[in-house]
Amino acid sequence: MLKKANESRPMLEVNNIEVVYNHVILVLKGVSLTVPKGGIVALLGANGAGKTTSLKAVSNLLHSERGEVTKGNIQFEGKEIQNLSPSDLVKSGCIQVMEGRHCFEHLSIEENLLTGAYTRQDGNKSIKQDLELVYNYFPRLRDRKGSQAGYTSGGEQQMCAIGRALMSRPKMILLDEPSMGLAPQLVEEIFEIVKNLNQNEGVSFLLAEQNTNVALRYATYGYILESGRVVMDGDAKELRENEDVKEFYLGVGGEGRRSFRDVKHYRRRKRWLA
Amino acid sequence: MSPAFLNFIEIVLNGLMAGIMYSLVALGFVLIFKASGIFNFAQGVMALFAALTLVGLQTGQVPFSHLINAIFGTELHHWGSGLHTVLAILFTMALMILLAWVIERVVLKHLVNQEPIILFMATIGLAYFLEGFGDLMWGSDVKVLDVGLPSGGSLWWEDVTRTWVTEGSEYWGMYIDRLDVAATSVAVILVVGLSAFSQYTATGRALRAVADDHQAAMSVGISLRTIWVIVWSIAGFVALVAGIMWGSKSGVQFSLSLIALKALPVLILGGFTSIPGAIVGGLIIGVGEKLAEAYVGPLVGGAIENWFAYMLALAFLLVRPQGLFGDRIIERI
Repeated sequence: MLKKANESRPMLEVNNIEVVYNHVILVLKGVSLTVPKGGIVALLGANGAGKTTSLKAVSNLLHSERGEVTKGNIQFEGKEIQNLSPSDLVKSGCIQVMEGRHCFEHLSIEENLLTGAYTRQDGNKSIKQDLELVYNYFPRLRDRKGSQAGYTSGGEQQMCAIGRALMSRPKMILLDEPSMGLAPQLVEEIFEIVKNLNQNEGVSFLLAEQNTNVALRYATYGYILESGRVVMDGDAKELRENEDVKEFYLGVGGEGRRSFRDVKHYRRRKRWLA
Repeated sequence: MSPAFLNFIEIVLNGLMAGIMYSLVALGFVLIFKASGIFNFAQGVMALFAALTLVGLQTGQVPFSHLINAIFGTELHHWGSGLHTVLAILFTMALMILLAWVIERVVLKHLVNQEPIILFMATIGLAYFLEGFGDLMWGSDVKVLDVGLPSGGSLWWEDVTRTWVTEGSEYWGMYIDRLDVAATSVAVILVVGLSAFSQYTATGRALRAVADDHQAAMSVGISLRTIWVIVWSIAGFVALVAGIMWGSKSGVQFSLSLIALKALPVLILGGFTSIPGAIVGGLIIGVGEKLAEAYVGPLVGGAIENWFAYMLALAFLLVRPQGLFGDRIIERI
C-alpha cells in the first residue's frame, strides 16, 4: 500500500505560488502545476508570461535576482524545497538548464561538463563513466571537448548545457527554452535527445518553451501561462487539438486564414483574461 | 663587457625583482576580481593587516592593549616572548580565513547581484575599517618584521659580476638584494601553485566557472558563498605573503596599504583577469620604472619612478583595454 502511494506521488508539485520581484513586482499570481515521475511537462506561453520565473522559483535561483516566493509551496518528491539552497537542490536531484545556455565561456566543453558534477561525492570513476554517457548522447560534444565553450555553436552550447546538467545525475531537469535561437533541425535533434533521456535514464523534464508546436509533440502534458496565471492545462494531445491553442500559439485558425485586420479585432475581443 | 652595459643589466635585474613585489600585491586583486567581479580596494590594507598581525604574534604583543589599558587602567603590553615564526604565520593565516568568512557574512552576502560600483564602494569601506581595526589591535608604531629571510646585498654576486667587466675599466660588481631574490622565488612558487590549483582541481574549476557566469554556476549547484569565502581566503593568503615581503623590506607601517595603488597599473597592463598577466605586468612596470629613472630621469630632473607606471597604464588603456593577458571578450555573431 505504502509503496503504491509512493509511486503515485508526483516528482514535483507546485501549489499556488506567488512570486514577487524586488518586493513590489508581482510576477506569478498563483501558479500550480505537477510533474509526474518520468513525465515531460511543457510550460507554454508568450514572452513575459512567467515561464522562466516559474522554473527559477522551483530551482531557487530567484534569490540572486531579488525575487522571492511569497505564497504557496513547492514540493519535490514530497519534500518542501523553498528553503533549500540551489546547491542542496542539485544534490537532491533537481537541476535547471537556464535560458540562453549559459555555458562557462572560457572553460573547455569537457570542463563545462565536469562542473556539473561539482556537487557529487561518489568519486572520479563514476564521474568518468557519466562523462562517457553524456558523450554517447551528444557525440558532437566529444569532438569538441577541448574547445572553449564560448567558441562553439549555439546548438553545441545547448547540448553542453544539458550535458552539464546530466553530470549531476538529476532525477528532474528544468529546461528553459532549449529551442531558443536554434535552427529547426537542431531543435528537433535536441528534443529527440530529451525524449531519449526521459525514456532511457528516467529523467523527468519540466520545460518552458515558446515553440509550442515542438514542445507539445514531445511533452506528455502541458500548461499554458498567461500573465502569471495558468489559463489552461491538459494532455499534450488534447492541447494540440484545442481550437484556442491552435489559434493563439500554433498559428492556425479553425476557420482558415482571415485578413490581418479581422484577426486583430477578434483577438482583442477574445482573451482568456480580462 | 663594458661597465655601462653591466650597469644596464643591473638596472634590469633590480627592476624585474621590484616588479615581482608589485605582482605579489596585484595577484590578490586578480583572484578576487576574477571570481566575483569585485575590484577589492582593501587588498593593500589586507596585506598590511596580515603583516601587523604577524609581527604582533611574533613579538608577543597583546592585541587591543591600548584599549584595554585605557579602560581598565592596566599596563599590558606583552604576554610573553612571542610565537615561533612558523606558528605565527599559521595563526595569521587562520585569522585571514576568519576575516574572509566574516567579510562574506557581513558584507558580500547582502550585496548579491548589485552593481559592481556598489561592491567597489563596499571594499573602500572595508579598507578603512581594516586600517582602523589594525591600528586599534596592534598600535600604529612602525614595526620591524623579521621572519628569517636573508637581506642585504649579495657579496657573492658582486664578486662574480666584477670579473665580467672588460680588463682595465673600473667596476665594483652588481648589487642585488637577497630579499628580492627570496621574494622572487616565493612569487614563482605561489604562481605555479595557484595556477595548478585553478587548472587541475575541482574547486579551482568551480572558481573559474564562477568567474565566467555566476548564475550558471549557481544552477549547477556551486555555492557562491563557499566560493567567495575560498577566494577571499586565498586573497588573504596572498596578502599575507605580500605583507611579509614588503614588511621585511621596508618595515610594517601604515603606508604599506598604499602599495595597492602601485598594483593598479600592473593590473591594467597585465589584465584584471589573468594571473600570469599580473606577473608579467609587474615585471614590465618594475623594469620600465627603473630604466626610465636611470636613463630618462636625469633629463627631466628625476623622480620619474613615481608617475611612470601610471603613464604606461594610461597609454595601455588607449591601445588594449583588456590588458596583455586579460580574458578576450568572446563575441559571436
